[in-house]
Amino acid sequence: MDGIWVPLALTLKVALWATAINLVLGVAVAFGLARWRSPAREVVDSVLTLPLVLPPTVLGYYLLVLLGRRGVFGAWLDRLGIELVFTWQGAVIASTLVAFPLVQKAARAAFEAVDPQLEDAARVLGLREMAVFFRVSLPLAARGITAGALLAFARALGEFGATLMIAGNLPGRTQTLSVAIYAAVQAGDDRTAGLMVAVVSATCVVALLLAGWLAPGRARRVRS
Amino acid sequence: MSVDVAIRKELRADDRSFRLDVAFRSEHRRIVLFGPSGAGKSLTLRAMAGLLSPDEGHVRVDGRALFDRDAGVDLRASERGVAYVFQDYALFPHLTVAQNIGFGLHRGWLNPRRGIHDARVRHWIDAFELAGVAGSYASRISGGQRQRVALARALVAEPRLVLLDEPFAALDPALRGRMRAELLALQARLDLQLLVITHDPADVDVLDGHTIELRDGRVA
Repeated sequence: MDGIWVPLALTLKVALWATAINLVLGVAVAFGLARWRSPAREVVDSVLTLPLVLPPTVLGYYLLVLLGRRGVFGAWLDRLGIELVFTWQGAVIASTLVAFPLVQKAARAAFEAVDPQLEDAARVLGLREMAVFFRVSLPLAARGITAGALLAFARALGEFGATLMIAGNLPGRTQTLSVAIYAAVQAGDDRTAGLMVAVVSATCVVALLLAGWLAPGRARRVRS
Repeated sequence: MSVDVAIRKELRADDRSFRLDVAFRSEHRRIVLFGPSGAGKSLTLRAMAGLLSPDEGHVRVDGRALFDRDAGVDLRASERGVAYVFQDYALFPHLTVAQNIGFGLHRGWLNPRRGIHDARVRHWIDAFELAGVAGSYASRISGGQRQRVALARALVAEPRLVLLDEPFAALDPALRGRMRAELLALQARLDLQLLVITHDPADVDVLDGHTIELRDGRVA
């Protein structure tokens, strides 16, 4: 059993961090895109959706090129004493990148569904833009954002390719569940692999059920 | 009390374009902008409230410039101190009646708490007989109550000028008569200038104010 707890705890830590970062980053970008009136908007949206369709190994390769010790940002981070390759923080970056479009797309749809007249009403009642965001736009979009965050959490739990590329497979340090499953199968330890597969599957099913329950269509049916 | 408006705005959507060129002055306590839909009534109201920025012109209320293109004045909607009642009321669906009414009293990043206690909110809840629904969400109350909540939310900050966009259009005919009387009674009690836009001649008769007719974006 010990073989499971360490990677499980690490996986949860990585997935929670990735989801938290995406909640801030994905929601901010989604709000900007939902309000931005420019033809370039859909181009930016397409680029931001790439992590959803690119092979995770390709994303991992990009991350290595950018963040590796001789990479564009890596050299600069290295001077600051920040090491991302072969660390759990690197795994967080990989999971964040892969799951980002799930939060961003859900949040953008949720913001676009908010009646602009309600935001106008808040403005004429004396609120500045930030207050309008926190008191009207965000609460009205909260359900859709939460559903997106749960999907992102499930996706981050299962992240394999990009994580393996940048964080590697160091038991106890960067070996998340999905990487550990691969290692266990390679080592012929089918019992451990099966157990870990069951844990990941069950967690993802719960996250998806919650996300479906929170989806905007369902919310309207419950309220009316 | 005086309202002095002269605004021009060119609007384009797809292939169509609309030219708004409206100017009027009035010191009447009730100003009625009357005209068919598409005449530019709502655009005029939005420009006065700061929700639409005209290309040229000015908006002055009691001599204070809210917008003046030549002088470079364009106050934010939040700084104009003009109350606005939206056609379908635009009540916040995630807040209770009491929270809606108290919404503008604090302008920070947090909404009023569900159990909001504020003498000003209390006053309007009592004045409009909303005590029974103060804790209810907007979707759970009747059309007449919704309009009262929208009015209370606009009046709680004690504005001098209230803009009302088709205030009676969403009500059924029986209720419409009652709410017109209620609005007139309210104005009799308060030091308040009303600017009402409507397409309904019956509103024009009942409100009996300074009527300005708009057609195709201009004063007819």
